[in-house]
Amino acid sequence: MQRLTTKQTSSAAVALILLIAFPLLTENSTAHHVMILFFMFAMMGVAWNIMGGYAGMFSFGQVAFFGIGAYTSSFLLITYQVNPWIGMIAGGLVAALVAAAIGYPCSNLRGHYFAIATIAFGEIVRTHFNNWKLVGGAEGLSLPMLDGGFRDFMFHSSKLPYYYIILAFLLIAIIVCYTISTTKMGYYFRAIKEGHDVARVLGINVAWYRLVAIMVSAFLTAMAGTFYAQYVLYIDPESVMLLSVSIQLVLICMLGGAGSVMGPVIGAAILIPLSEVTRIWLGHKGTGIDMLIYGFLITLISVYQPKGVWGLISAIGKGKG
Amino acid sequence: MSSAHCLEIQGVTKRFGGLYANDDISFVVDEREIVSVIGPNGAGKSTLFNCITGFYPATSGRILFYGKDITRRRADSICAMGIARTFQIVQVISDMTVLENVMTGALLRNGRIRRATAKAEEVLEFTGLIEKKRFLGPELTIADKKKLEVSMALATGPRVLMLDESMAGLTPVELRGMIDLIKGIREKGMTLIVVEHVMEAVMEISDRVVVLNSGKKIMEGPPAAVVSNAEVIQAYLGEKYHAAVGQ
Repeated sequence: MQRLTTKQTSSAAVALILLIAFPLLTENSTAHHVMILFFMFAMMGVAWNIMGGYAGMFSFGQVAFFGIGAYTSSFLLITYQVNPWIGMIAGGLVAALVAAAIGYPCSNLRGHYFAIATIAFGEIVRTHFNNWKLVGGAEGLSLPMLDGGFRDFMFHSSKLPYYYIILAFLLIAIIVCYTISTTKMGYYFRAIKEGHDVARVLGINVAWYRLVAIMVSAFLTAMAGTFYAQYVLYIDPESVMLLSVSIQLVLICMLGGAGSVMGPVIGAAILIPLSEVTRIWLGHKGTGIDMLIYGFLITLISVYQPKGVWGLISAIGKGKG
Repeated sequence: MSSAHCLEIQGVTKRFGGLYANDDISFVVDEREIVSVIGPNGAGKSTLFNCITGFYPATSGRILFYGKDITRRRADSICAMGIARTFQIVQVISDMTVLENVMTGALLRNGRIRRATAKAEEVLEFTGLIEKKRFLGPELTIADKKKLEVSMALATGPRVLMLDESMAGLTPVELRGMIDLIKGIREKGMTLIVVEHVMEAVMEISDRVVVLNSGKKIMEGPPAAVVSNAEVIQAYLGEKYHAAVGQ
């Protein structure tokens, strides 16, 4: 992982300016909504990638951290009137602790076995919340209306503040991932992904670095959960803890390119608008057409470009330069 | 500390169910020695390596490193203490370049990428892989892969280097290169323990040879004494080898 070239820095700056300017160019609130979802999934994809793409721990239970983040901040807000921003930090910490508690016994599980364990974990958390009366059980939680404004993390008249907040969150996740990938930790994660034995002979404490990867990933994912709760103002286990969301995150990363900083962002940029648009246009004509297109794209990518779209882009970039 | 042996293996036993892969093995290794461990397949050579480097917990016995008991330590902590190793089946990080592979090893004692990279280049210069630093692991020949693995181990800054069959499957020219590399590593002040089947290399590099058979140590001594020992010939080398050496 080299330092960024001037070309990369300038294209990143242009992309950022375009994204900041975008909502000012169109008033279309569906467009705003799709972009918000894109940022949110990109952020979670980047978080997934830290543990999945870099450290090689394929999590199919990532949505549990999202749900834990959403539930922690919402519960604290409803019950103790805790400010959602503080609730978000609390949610991140709770998710990281849960991640550590589940990650420690799983620290020797590799490959498929780890993936299976995470599916079980995600489903256990969902089932538990469905039956946990304290947090509303299957009825979920409705967030109270606050005055609105940045301090309350709640905006009634416009989606724009949400747009910029989640864009900022995405940037934070990208910076965290980039920092990890260019320092010792990133190289250690990649060694662990290759195999525990090769990592251990390089003096790497495999269990510890895996735990760090899971906890960082969980914290960032939980932040997205709080964002979702504040954006939609209603959560229940069937919306914030669905296995299909976990799978979607894996797909986003595989499509975009697991193990690269920008891969998940590219993946989300393709899949999220695609899924929203196909759902809006084709959803009522019989379910699953969007899923068909999804499946087709994933097959195409995994057969012809296993390193994802980002691998394709960087290969073209290298060819030119 | 200076009076202690570099490595002391005291009655190490490793049992898998009813099978004794290592049965009460004892020997010592002194600083700057090259000790070879030989024996037929299944003699317990790799198991012994795994016990010393913390990959398997020994069933009983003790392993001392400069007088410190390392028997129950984790593999990564043993590496951090200064014992590095390679594997019989080469292990490199396949999506990293040669330089990045070695740099990852160097990070153990040089936390910053820049310093670790400088250390890695120094190691690659020494092992003769510097020309190929931009290659990916899988693009290398077997000989270069083995050199890369040795480079990764050296980058962790060890005092003891343990090589598991680093010379198997090499051409005569490559073999020469590896023997010279091993001698060069000792020149740098390191101690080496080598599992090897290539007898011409064992004869040339070893100060002492430890012979294992069916999990037990059957002999230990200077290479010339070992190859003329009747029990070693019968268990491992075969009459033919003895005849060839005899001529």
